[in-house]
Amino acid sequence: MRDTDTLKDRLRRAERMRQWKAFGLIAPLLGFLLVVFVAPIASMMLRSVHDTELREVWPTVTRAIGDWHDRTRVPGEPVFAALAADLKASQQAKSLPVAARRLNYDLRNGRSLVFSTARALPETATSWTDAVTAANPRWADPETWGAVARASGPATGYFLLAALDRNRTATGRIVQAPPEEALFVAVLKRTFVVGLAVTGLCLLLGYPVAYLLATLPPDRGNLLMILVLLPFWTSLLVRTAAWVVVLQEQGLVNNALIWLGVIDRPMRLIYNQVGVYVAMTHILLPFMILPLYSVMKAIPPAYVRAARSLGASPTTAFLRVYVPQTLPGIGAGGLLVFIMAIGYYITPALVGGAGDQLISYFIAYYTSSSVNWGLASALGAVLLSATLALYWVYNRLVGADGVKLG
Amino acid sequence: MAARNRTLRTPAERAWSLALWAVCALVFVFLLAPILAIMPLSFSSGQFLTYPIPGFSLRWYAEFFTSDKWLGGLKNSMIVGVASTLLATALGTLASLGLVRARFRGKGLLMGLLISPMIVPLVITAVGFYFFFSPLGLTASYTGLILAHTALAAPFVVVTVTATLQGFDMNLARAAASLGAGPSTTFFKVILPLIAPGVASGALFAFATSFDEVVVVLFVAGPEQRTLPREMFSGIRENISPTITAAATILILFSVALLVALELLRRRNARMRGAA
Repeated sequence: MRDTDTLKDRLRRAERMRQWKAFGLIAPLLGFLLVVFVAPIASMMLRSVHDTELREVWPTVTRAIGDWHDRTRVPGEPVFAALAADLKASQQAKSLPVAARRLNYDLRNGRSLVFSTARALPETATSWTDAVTAANPRWADPETWGAVARASGPATGYFLLAALDRNRTATGRIVQAPPEEALFVAVLKRTFVVGLAVTGLCLLLGYPVAYLLATLPPDRGNLLMILVLLPFWTSLLVRTAAWVVVLQEQGLVNNALIWLGVIDRPMRLIYNQVGVYVAMTHILLPFMILPLYSVMKAIPPAYVRAARSLGASPTTAFLRVYVPQTLPGIGAGGLLVFIMAIGYYITPALVGGAGDQLISYFIAYYTSSSVNWGLASALGAVLLSATLALYWVYNRLVGADGVKLG
Repeated sequence: MAARNRTLRTPAERAWSLALWAVCALVFVFLLAPILAIMPLSFSSGQFLTYPIPGFSLRWYAEFFTSDKWLGGLKNSMIVGVASTLLATALGTLASLGLVRARFRGKGLLMGLLISPMIVPLVITAVGFYFFFSPLGLTASYTGLILAHTALAAPFVVVTVTATLQGFDMNLARAAASLGAGPSTTFFKVILPLIAPGVASGALFAFATSFDEVVVVLFVAGPEQRTLPREMFSGIRENISPTITAAATILILFSVALLVALELLRRRNARMRGAA
């Protein structure tokens, strides 16, 4: 008994040792990615709910406003006094623009409100409530104070709500942003519509090609496969540049159509939706063809033959017997193309117009052009959750081993 | 087989097959035409990117190979590409060796994490790098760009090498061990030579990933680290000059070479698998 026990123990120990060794081999890459990749993205996601900008420059009022309970009326004198103190201190420390910028995100003309109040504020006052309200009457509105309370941090739902065109009132009710400020729901919709349309176009164009490649004898099939793989391997920038050359006003398509007499003046084919659809479909088409091809290649021809021999017409046999067997490929290719399409940045930025930009463009825009990192991060969080949810579905459908290249 | 099928076809089937070929031919034209159209323009002697080409000239290539901007971009692409490929291949190959041995719980999750840089939209990755690298002084530095590209490229090595290792006969490693070879001898003398084609294709994928990447470069690189795709990006955005078509043609030839190399490696790998 004892001997088998120790043998079992020893085997278990050996196995555990093996697993530790296996983990030891994985550890360097895991550690590298955790530090260099996961940490940046995690901290970006944190930025979408983390809000300390105002807290750092206005420490007194952001603390004092915690005592403001009846949100239908303006806060009491201590909060007004704290605001006056912070305004003065930050004017001296030259940090007023930081506070102004942060309040401006959430409050219309928040910037001018901060500067005009600071300018008109007296040195001393018996009632700061009166003095501050006299400096700018907007401070008599609880909504103004609501914006200060929302910006007081350290955690905020403001950016995530803003990314969905939602806002909070002073009393905490979530309301829709006014139409002239609502932007992102339309962008999200556009992103999904473009993603769906490109996926549909890729399926429409890719299905026949995958079918042809899978049913041809291998030598000819492999030869034609090169025609799919060459564009797949060609640099994204090269393909985008090629489409600009082909589609621009003096481009090949316009010139050819004019030469053929189809049109007399150049059509606008680029820097609009047409350009986005054409270039994105071109770039993503191989990602549809390759998974479809690998599924179709594995379908034994016997089923269709059996259906035919049992009297099904070629169309019936194809639609009722062949197509259902390719559904996993349609699902995998479709999800892959859709996931990639909704994250696209470069191609729409280069061949689309101002009204054709997808959510990625706005993430980049709020990061570098108009600095609002909280909003950029919140938009990123929306895109990342959509991508991860879709990838989860893809994984259930294909399995992690289904990620194949080339 | 094919011959017999052909004789059995009905007219309807023949019409279908003709239609299929016609549709596929159009799709192939769509896939290849823009790439083929841009190449002859790079040999044009004219300023304008239109046909017919006024005459043959290599002036745009001369401009490419004498311009600091383009040559600098090429040099930076090579530096970043080679460095991140070496790092990604080393880390990725080690991790793959561990992954094929691993039986522990959470392996699926671990694999998902290791390949996540392939899945997360590039703009999110790029902005994440930008926020994270700025306070560390890693933006506008080669180090930052190489680290970022290594993270993006490593999953391609993991996927390729794991697939190769799944066809690898572990008994060969056990045989080496039983004959007295230590773990490192076994790896360098037995495992590595056999999986080398897979590792090489992984490295090629890694290099192609870095060489073609522009979004992270836009956010992380400074003016000193502008790569070839970065120069093309501003070229397309500002004014598309014939030099871009020369750069594009060079890159297309580069992808053809890459494609051929991968195909050769795939064949070699299949042969080795057959031999083992």
